[in-house]
Amino acid sequence: MADHNGKDNGNGEAPVLDISGLRLSYYTRAGEIPAVMDFDLTIAKGESVGLVGESGCGKSTVANGIMRYMGKNGGIVGGTIKFQGRDMAEMSEEEVRRVRGKDIAMIYQEPMAALNPSLTIAAQLMEVPMIHEEVSEEEAFQRAYDMLSAVHIPDPKRLMDSYPHQVSGGQQQRVVIAMALLSRPALLLLDEPTTALDVTVEAGIVELIAELSKESGTSLLYISHNLGLMLEVCDRICVMYSGEVVEEGHISSIFSWPKHPYTHGLFGCIPLPHADKNARPLNAIKGQLPLPHQRPKGCYFGPRCEFFQTGRCDSDHIPMEEVFTDDDDAHRVRCLRWNEIDHDEARTVETTRDPIEVGDTVLEVDNMRKYYEVKESTLAAMVSGGSVRQVKANESISFDAGEGETVAIVGESGCGKSTFAKVLMGLETATEGEVRLDGTDLGSIEVKKRTPEQLASLQMVFQNPNDTLNPSHSIGYQIGRVIKRFGIESDPAKIQERVHKLLDTVKLPRDFVNRKPRQLSGGQKQRVGIARAFAGNPKTVIADEPISALDVSVAAAVTELLMDIQREHRTTLLFISHDLSAVRYLADRIVVMYLGQIMERGTTDEVFAPPYHPYTEALLSAVPIADPEVEKRRIVLEGNLPSPLDPPKGCPFSTRCQRKVGSICDDEPPPVQLDGDDHSIACHIPLDELREVEPVITIPDRDLEAPAAPQA
Amino acid sequence: MSQLILRRVGMMILIMLVVALLLFLMNEGDPRLIARSVLGPYAQDQQLDAWIAQHGYDRPIMVRYFDWIGRVLSGDLGDSIIYKRPVNEIFWDRLGNTGILAGVTFVVMVVVALTLGVLAGMKEGSAQDRVISVFSITTTSIPEYASAVLLAWIFVFGLGWLPGTSAMTGGFNVVELILPVMVLTLYGFGYVARMTRASMAEVMTNHYIRTAMLKGLPYRHIIMKHALRNALIAPFTVIMLQINWLLSGVVVTEFAFGYKGFGALLLEAALRRDIFVIEACGLAAVFVAVFTQTIGDLGYTYLNPRIRFK
Repeated sequence: MADHNGKDNGNGEAPVLDISGLRLSYYTRAGEIPAVMDFDLTIAKGESVGLVGESGCGKSTVANGIMRYMGKNGGIVGGTIKFQGRDMAEMSEEEVRRVRGKDIAMIYQEPMAALNPSLTIAAQLMEVPMIHEEVSEEEAFQRAYDMLSAVHIPDPKRLMDSYPHQVSGGQQQRVVIAMALLSRPALLLLDEPTTALDVTVEAGIVELIAELSKESGTSLLYISHNLGLMLEVCDRICVMYSGEVVEEGHISSIFSWPKHPYTHGLFGCIPLPHADKNARPLNAIKGQLPLPHQRPKGCYFGPRCEFFQTGRCDSDHIPMEEVFTDDDDAHRVRCLRWNEIDHDEARTVETTRDPIEVGDTVLEVDNMRKYYEVKESTLAAMVSGGSVRQVKANESISFDAGEGETVAIVGESGCGKSTFAKVLMGLETATEGEVRLDGTDLGSIEVKKRTPEQLASLQMVFQNPNDTLNPSHSIGYQIGRVIKRFGIESDPAKIQERVHKLLDTVKLPRDFVNRKPRQLSGGQKQRVGIARAFAGNPKTVIADEPISALDVSVAAAVTELLMDIQREHRTTLLFISHDLSAVRYLADRIVVMYLGQIMERGTTDEVFAPPYHPYTEALLSAVPIADPEVEKRRIVLEGNLPSPLDPPKGCPFSTRCQRKVGSICDDEPPPVQLDGDDHSIACHIPLDELREVEPVITIPDRDLEAPAAPQA
Repeated sequence: MSQLILRRVGMMILIMLVVALLLFLMNEGDPRLIARSVLGPYAQDQQLDAWIAQHGYDRPIMVRYFDWIGRVLSGDLGDSIIYKRPVNEIFWDRLGNTGILAGVTFVVMVVVALTLGVLAGMKEGSAQDRVISVFSITTTSIPEYASAVLLAWIFVFGLGWLPGTSAMTGGFNVVELILPVMVLTLYGFGYVARMTRASMAEVMTNHYIRTAMLKGLPYRHIIMKHALRNALIAPFTVIMLQINWLLSGVVVTEFAFGYKGFGALLLEAALRRDIFVIEACGLAAVFVAVFTQTIGDLGYTYLNPRIRFK
């Protein structure tokens, strides 16, 4: 990490970006909406600064403001943005255009959406130097080629002739990065650059950005909600809440001694390695982010703060205060009581819960296979006849889950976890093997042929709550319809009563029955999704990435809610996720999948400690952890996920494995080795050797207390 | 790609054969009716029978169908009952006339519609957008016969700039083409312009336009290179459908200006049961419809690489 900081980096060089007193507003029919207020930020050359906060806090608006890209109805209301000493607000349109893409470049959240679908990658890359530096086409081509090689794209020539939809998400993001770096910008804005990517891909991208920016001395502004990622990539961070910075400082200072109750709250919401669903559950922040025109008087966080003092916190606007006077390591916080609050003491009154006792086996998956047939329709294939190929989406999946147990299925996109969920739900039928729920094989019964009881007993919570609710029906109707269809109640009054009870269960007000989904926030919609899934007292609920689309504090609340309901109903929970932190927190047992096959299976403790499957090892290493004291070994996987149409002959992971033994891995399927009763690893490496592998994550032995802050 | 073209052309031929069969059954299903149309209302039954035998209409219908197909393919369209001349002599001339009118109109209309659509769509909600939108809705809602009268009143009777008829009696004359083209363009461009506007407005909200903006590309370059091609995908289908309308839907305009075109010929033939002219016209109309759709589908895959590589 760089040691320079603040306005002056010690070399007397002017900062690359200097924002002071910035106010950004949008104008709508409701009047002026102040999106960002009183924002200060300086970024020195080569420095990496993070902007953290939940959606709606204004962090993306800041990035757009820096680019002066606020649309027709937005603009800079006050303060200055100085880029390399020039005031962005005073530049002409033409001058701003010359800065964009040349001196300040941006990397976006969704690489697929950020690239033009109907232009080749070459055309999209080459226009940057051609427009900004007026180089010839040959020169531009060469530069684009070199840059693609620099972002470690294996076959740049082939890629340049491709269209964006023809390459994988990770490669698309590399193209976007190459595009941003083509004109060697002084400042790079990264708006959630890895949120849409798989964890192992994320690790590679993060490393790449760090490597390239170090090489060229580019300053970085990372915008993200992911505190773990921030810890890995930033020198300093600013925590934003409702349009203003509430705490800023050096990364180690903020992570070790967070002073603002909101920053503290955020840390309480993320499943850090020492969190435990029973002994140390997550602590969701109560309430919701206020809308910009409904901000309270005084401290904006006041209504959600546990340390709120009437008469003090709600009188005047709170100024930033210095926690450390030391110029080099300025840690500032926007809280009147930062010096009075003892967070450790507050921590001791937390609740603990008794673990759920796992009952009899409810769900058994026995050697389930799901193959898809893909027909080739080229002339050559039609002539030669043999035109059907098989995609092995799921290969010999076996495990079982008991009553009240949480089993997590972990893997990256394309690993077959969604296919597995489809077979369970009856959207697909198993090609072979059985899926038994309470002894009945459901694997071969498609959803239309299932009885209402069977349907009710196996329900699902979906990933994106915005897409799963019908926008034109009320919440009450949507839940009530499920109750009726499952034949639980038929009397309208009783249905209504049950809907109310379900809303109580998911902690939503009863008058939500008449609301339409658009009147709800993302977290509230997901609660409705949970209420819908639990409407028929299901025995098993499949939760497919239920929290990955939600903000951290909302995710914590939804996670806790799910577990409360599970505890009460003794539901078996199948938790499908790529987020190992969340999985570690709430799962009892874990199934790790790769390319349709189970790589490792065991209890949470077994999977998270050696012996690891090399893939599990890489996954563990890839997940950013927002705790500076946790030590982690870095393993970055090379290459892409192989095509399921043409999987490796031997071990599916052999093409990317960091511990590959030799040709045996390519040629022979790995044996399933048993370590203990239920812990199995499919690998050619002997268990004894895998046992000697160093743990990926080392959690310091501390008695669950944060280290004391040095006195200012 | 070549495989796709092959498949589309195959489909096209199949559709043509099926439609030709329907056309044939409707017009020549009953031999006595044909004989009646040819010989007139006073012909006697023997004469009809003699005519039927002489012209081979006593053969099974499928034999006659393939015989007809063969003759059409070899270029023999039969004789017109009214004009007592080979259909070939009248038909191609009329088709050519309409071809000229439709071609000129098509070029003018597409250029006007795309330009206005793009101008409106790239700044949705602006004054520019609203003016264009209101204008295109207004012109589209005025039927051709009304605008023909209105424009004739202004340019022929009021200003005296243009001739009121387009019969081309003194050979081909560009000036005579102006009014029909104006009428057709005013009526037809609205659909394409509205479609382009909606498509363009949608494209402009995409993230890749933001990427292009923040790459520092000039606005013109963004519109021409990044937005236009994506915005053309949806209106392209409508544009291809317009060709169809330009061939057979321009009867009113042709009549209004006395233009000797295909539409007028078809209407005349239909009213007087000129069987072989109807058949020739029908085949031509179907061919244009099927052909433009095939071109449309192929062009669509060119515009949209996501389809091309599936």
